[in-house]
Amino acid sequence: MTKLPLLQVAALRKSFGGVVATDDVHLDVNKGELHAIIGPNGAGKTTLISQLSGALMPDKGSISLDGVDITSAPAYKRARLGITRSFQITSLVMEMSVLDNVALAVQARKGSSFRFIKPARKIAEIRDEAMTYVRKLGLRKRAHEPTSALSHGEHRQMEIAIALASEAELMLLDEPMAGLGPEESRLLTDFLLELKGSRSILLIEHDMDAVFALADRISVLVYGRIIATGTPDEIRANSDVRHAYLGEE
Amino acid sequence: MLKMNKTGWVTLIGMAALAILPPLLLLNGQAFYMDLATRLVILAIAAVSLNLILGFGGLVSFGHAAFIGLGAYAVGIPAYHSMWGGFDLIASSNGLLHLALAVGVSALFALITGAISLRTKGVYFIMITMAFGQMAFFLFQSLEAYNGDDGLTIDLRSELPFLNLDEPMQLYALSYGSLVLVMLLVRMIVNSRFGVVLQGSKGNAERMVTLGYNPYVYRLTAYVISGAICGYAGFLLGNFTTFISPDMMHWTRSGELMFMVILGGVSTMFGPVLGASIFILLEEVLSSFTTYWHLPFGLMLIGVVLFIRGGLMGLFKGKGE
Amino acid sequence: MDYTLLIVQMLNGLQLGLLLFLVASGLTLVFGILDFVNLAHGSIYMVGAFICASLTLWLGNFLLAVVIALPLTGAVGYAIEVLVARRLYDKDHLDHVLGTFGLILVLDTLAHMIWGPAGITVPLPAWLDGQVEIFDGAVIPTFRLLIIAVGLAVAGGLFWLVNYTKLGMLIRAGASNRTMVAALGVDIQTLFALVFALGAMLAGLAGMLIAPITTASIGMGGQIIITAFVVIIIGGIGSMKGAFIAALLVGVIDTMGRSFLDSGFALFMSRDAAETAAPAVSAMMIYILMAAILAFKPQGLFPPKVR
Repeated sequence: MTKLPLLQVAALRKSFGGVVATDDVHLDVNKGELHAIIGPNGAGKTTLISQLSGALMPDKGSISLDGVDITSAPAYKRARLGITRSFQITSLVMEMSVLDNVALAVQARKGSSFRFIKPARKIAEIRDEAMTYVRKLGLRKRAHEPTSALSHGEHRQMEIAIALASEAELMLLDEPMAGLGPEESRLLTDFLLELKGSRSILLIEHDMDAVFALADRISVLVYGRIIATGTPDEIRANSDVRHAYLGEE
Repeated sequence: MLKMNKTGWVTLIGMAALAILPPLLLLNGQAFYMDLATRLVILAIAAVSLNLILGFGGLVSFGHAAFIGLGAYAVGIPAYHSMWGGFDLIASSNGLLHLALAVGVSALFALITGAISLRTKGVYFIMITMAFGQMAFFLFQSLEAYNGDDGLTIDLRSELPFLNLDEPMQLYALSYGSLVLVMLLVRMIVNSRFGVVLQGSKGNAERMVTLGYNPYVYRLTAYVISGAICGYAGFLLGNFTTFISPDMMHWTRSGELMFMVILGGVSTMFGPVLGASIFILLEEVLSSFTTYWHLPFGLMLIGVVLFIRGGLMGLFKGKGE
Repeated sequence: MDYTLLIVQMLNGLQLGLLLFLVASGLTLVFGILDFVNLAHGSIYMVGAFICASLTLWLGNFLLAVVIALPLTGAVGYAIEVLVARRLYDKDHLDHVLGTFGLILVLDTLAHMIWGPAGITVPLPAWLDGQVEIFDGAVIPTFRLLIIAVGLAVAGGLFWLVNYTKLGMLIRAGASNRTMVAALGVDIQTLFALVFALGAMLAGLAGMLIAPITTASIGMGGQIIITAFVVIIIGGIGSMKGAFIAALLVGVIDTMGRSFLDSGFALFMSRDAAETAAPAVSAMMIYILMAAILAFKPQGLFPPKVR
């Protein structure tokens, strides 16, 4: 029974007008697994993630989390059920401080936020826990600065800190390394390596070094279709994949 | 040692002035200024409540005058029936009943219109709240039983325990006390867990959804709270003017209310009060010079939009505040 | 049911709808291309009515007055664009709303200073002032037929403009995307000013057509602007087709509500109750219609493709 994958995607399909962005996608992520999705630009990777997170509704197919069908659940419900995502284009509350952003994630899983009396920033239980995640990503010194004042690299780190703080079972990470320098990428790779095993992760990434170092399994998405799934070694050896990439670039 | 920033000082001095000056002027026989101050304070309550959703929720509601009107009619209609008979259910001069009606009806109207309006975003939201506000305006305009367009004179002010609203000083005390309470209430809400979610949804709704929050319910709740407070301001305004008409709900009134908030500065506690003060004083001063006072007023409005970012309170803010 | 009355009221509804379309089309045009919310659009409608009224009294010829007043109103729109609106484009919608709210105060007060507080009655030439019997017993004022004809002609012209011209192509492309427009080699500043002036002329025309029926008055702009908003919300903001259909819908439903709701209500309630309830409900009818449509289509009947 423990073999049941955490996330199961079956026959997923989504088209915009005449363009098929997701074409009969079957995919699963096991508990504790890091499953990477690679593919050329425009393959429909972000569209896929958006359907998993609930930002987009698929035309056909099904998505289930831990055996529960969530195909038509709205995004905020999926988040409560344990799916979180990071965004390819940084998506944070810029007006609020770094700590506030992370604290919102902690607050979200500590019961109802329909609490009107106690000041949110004085609730030690939430603030302390948020601070541990801020610290973990090396943002301690900037915790009280407005998010808008931080650099792009720091924003990427915040995205991860928030994904961690939400304690979601499944993290959908949409190109977390995008726009990072080599040094920053390496730090983030190390961090994810450390995290591996404790969370299930679906990772979209262009940085092939990072993908092959991190992933337990890799799926290759081309024109909305998954053309191969396997271990990093299998994918390296796969002729279809080589063909798809060579033909593309 | 009490440490306070500039914004805090401005708030304290402004509120102290509002507490002390009008009663002093009244004692010196200047009833006119007392009248002005009462109207100012009541409109400031409405502006503070609008700021809850406009400044902290990012929801540009252009129909808030409707709530003031509903609150005022919640005084006028029962008072009318208690005088002239009919509608026994609510015919009464009991202030507590008026109060409950004002807040309850406004909250209900906010719940229904908010539930529809909040499904939309941006310009749609502005226009729809405007349209719903205007719907209330036309509704009361068409109610011949309450004189429609011509309005209704309130013959009896609300009767409250311990207070006599016929006494200008007592009415002012109630209004001023209410303003202080409403400001504290809004500040409490804004800083609470609910408040941070509301502000987070203003800043980045997509992110909030990803965290498991449903911005819609938080916004709707804030909208209902704001509408209810505004209805309360209407309750006070009805008792102050003792004359109510659909004109109170006209969309231009909503525009004025919004102008007060923006002029003073959104997302601050005292901003709306400052905005309301300047609005009322300016209206008074300009209209004493010329019947065409709307002209400089309009020009000033355009100027504020073009040149003053963050409202007047923004001018008081130090760096890093 | 009195079918003659029904048909006459249908025509009245159609006429109201077409006037609404003239106002709403300008609004939706300006929003669609400039991404600009113009509350003062109603005041331009008023300015058009006043200019036309003055010219009619001066020249003694209503039609000639309309022909001259149209470009003049367009020029007013152009001036507003250059002096105020242009500086607001890159600010957010809240600033548009407040800035143009200020503009309303300015325009209304200027109208008050120039034309006085009373409002001006616009006399019609004799041949327009009569009535036409469309068929047995159904009589309708000639002028209302003219409004319907003009409204339909303008609607036709706008459809041609939107579907078959370069400007129309920009509109259909959802041209609030300024970089794209610029990439097409269009002088944006001039294009925007011309679109704004066109919108002003459309609103002004509506004002000129209504003035002989209701008089040109200061408050007229504030009344129509909200109804025009309701129209473009129902139709989908930025959509010309939506504005047309929604305007007719609102015009007909509003007119029908006002004339038949009381007898309809009387079928299932007392006459007294019906006489109280009917005006209240008919006053709210178009807003209820709007709410009902939004409940199913939050973006209106014809939502813009991508925003």
